[in-house]
Amino acid sequence: MNKKREPLLRVEDISITFGRLKALNGVSLEVYPGEVMAIIGPNGAGKTTMLNVINGVYTPDEGRIFFEGMERPLKMKPHHVAAMGISRTFQNLALFRGMTTLGNILVGRSQKMHSNFFSQGIYWGMSEKEEVEHREAVEWIIDFLEIENIRKQPAGMLPYGLQKRVELGRALAAEPKLLLLDEPMAGMNLEEKEDIARFVLDANEELNYTIALIEHDMGVVMDICDRIVVLDFGNKIAEGTPEEIKANPKVIQAYLGTAGG
Amino acid sequence: MFYRECGVLKETYRQDMAIFPIPLDRWGLGVMLVLAFLVIPFTASDYWLSSIMLPFYCFSLAALGLNFLTGYAGQVSIGHAAFMAVGAYSSLILYGRYGVPLPLSILGGGIFASAAGTIFGIPSLRIKGFYLAVSTLAAQFIIEWVLTHWQWVSGGVFGTVDAPDMYIFGWLIDTPVKKYYLVLCVLILLTVFGKNLVRGQLGRNWTAIRDMDVAAEIIGVSLFRNKLIAFAVSSFYAGVAGSLITFTYYLAANIEEFNLFLSFHLLGMIIIGGMGTVLGSFFGAGFMTLLPIFINQTLLTIMERVPSDIRANSEAIVFGGLIVFFLIVEPYGMARLWQTIKEKMRLWPFPY
Repeated sequence: MNKKREPLLRVEDISITFGRLKALNGVSLEVYPGEVMAIIGPNGAGKTTMLNVINGVYTPDEGRIFFEGMERPLKMKPHHVAAMGISRTFQNLALFRGMTTLGNILVGRSQKMHSNFFSQGIYWGMSEKEEVEHREAVEWIIDFLEIENIRKQPAGMLPYGLQKRVELGRALAAEPKLLLLDEPMAGMNLEEKEDIARFVLDANEELNYTIALIEHDMGVVMDICDRIVVLDFGNKIAEGTPEEIKANPKVIQAYLGTAGG
Repeated sequence: MFYRECGVLKETYRQDMAIFPIPLDRWGLGVMLVLAFLVIPFTASDYWLSSIMLPFYCFSLAALGLNFLTGYAGQVSIGHAAFMAVGAYSSLILYGRYGVPLPLSILGGGIFASAAGTIFGIPSLRIKGFYLAVSTLAAQFIIEWVLTHWQWVSGGVFGTVDAPDMYIFGWLIDTPVKKYYLVLCVLILLTVFGKNLVRGQLGRNWTAIRDMDVAAEIIGVSLFRNKLIAFAVSSFYAGVAGSLITFTYYLAANIEEFNLFLSFHLLGMIIIGGMGTVLGSFFGAGFMTLLPIFINQTLLTIMERVPSDIRANSEAIVFGGLIVFFLIVEPYGMARLWQTIKEKMRLWPFPY
């Protein structure tokens, strides 16, 4: 099924060391267009490191990264990666706390705004037109995420669950080709998790976003993902559909341990 | 009751995104402009105009510039007085030595300061916080040293360049009123330009970098570009302010006026006025330039018999005490205080 299609993102044999710790050890994975893919694994398995490698925050020691069939250099500035169409949310909230919800989501569109310095300073005319245009796009996202009532509140003052939602909005605002979500449901109660799961599925099905996410809640992962990659101590130990993963002895061992140690 | 948002129905995003969406704000601004343009120049004495209003406006402009960099983009600079000096010297040299027209000289002063600021802003790409502060401190010392020791700048006499008479297209600007209008026009022009910058994409990028720089870059905000633009814009404003204050108030560019103390003074202005607000820059500059004079006058009347040295010291004590008081009452500055007053006025006099 998926395997025949050209992957949107393919990372090959990525290795990265911090000091003496091998955080990733020759990991390869693919993300296919239109799917929801999950990276799971115990703490310290290298999941977030993988996202940081894809984003350009870390430069891996070896490996290759292909996006839309083109190889990209291993060392690349994060904002250039963003310009290629990869957007991202963070494990620990990384909102711009001093800004309103609107402002936060508008920053997500910064790759799409092009009016130059002087027309921004003069504002009337070109720049105003652009601002209004993007405001409309952002309002659409606010509507999609059902956060209309907090659009003018400073993001730092919002409750945790809403902050997570605004962060999702900021990532969606970039209209990325690939959306990376780092634990979008961490620390949420069941109801909030269901909300986010619904937004993720809607983004995938209605807006056709390709999504790769990291999540610890197995129930959610099994329910919403098409394909799962399991990492453990920097190695890929399994890959497959939720059913395959559930039955995989290596995965069970990694999560539960075995009697023999 | 008197100040409220309700009843102001915005039907388009354009209306919602106006600088002053609330009519009362627009009226308030109108009143301030009438005061600044029509009342003050005709009622204030020459002393008030030239010794109080001119430095107040010029420091407002410089504080505004520093606020872009420190308040919005989150990059601390304690070398801003030096960028003012660069603006002052280069505009005087352009105008006095090379006969460049005055408006272009002032602009040129800003551009030279902006270039200097950008160069000293490069370290900000790798370091932040206190470390960046120290590297801008280096800017202060290096620029001071260059301006005093480079013979070409001053012609050799203690790094001082005299300001010649000002002509704009053959029109002599000599009286305090004319100078006042010149400074006021530049100030308003640059304030509007700056306000537009900070409420637009650039301002959002700056705030994003201030609040969470790693996230900003991953979201697609280029740190390199936006930080350097912040340094450039900020020191441009400082340069123009330095050039205006030299032309109209100091009447000679002297490095002593732009020492480290002034850098701290500017930083104090934006902290007291309110970081990350345009209005706060004006409040802060007003606080730091007008309040000492006010205290001085008050002390003069209540402590007539007391020797002047004691009076001078008590002035410093009262001033310092007020700064501490303000910061304890409202750590986010006077602009936030103003915001709170407006919130209160919305319900006043029926808070429930």
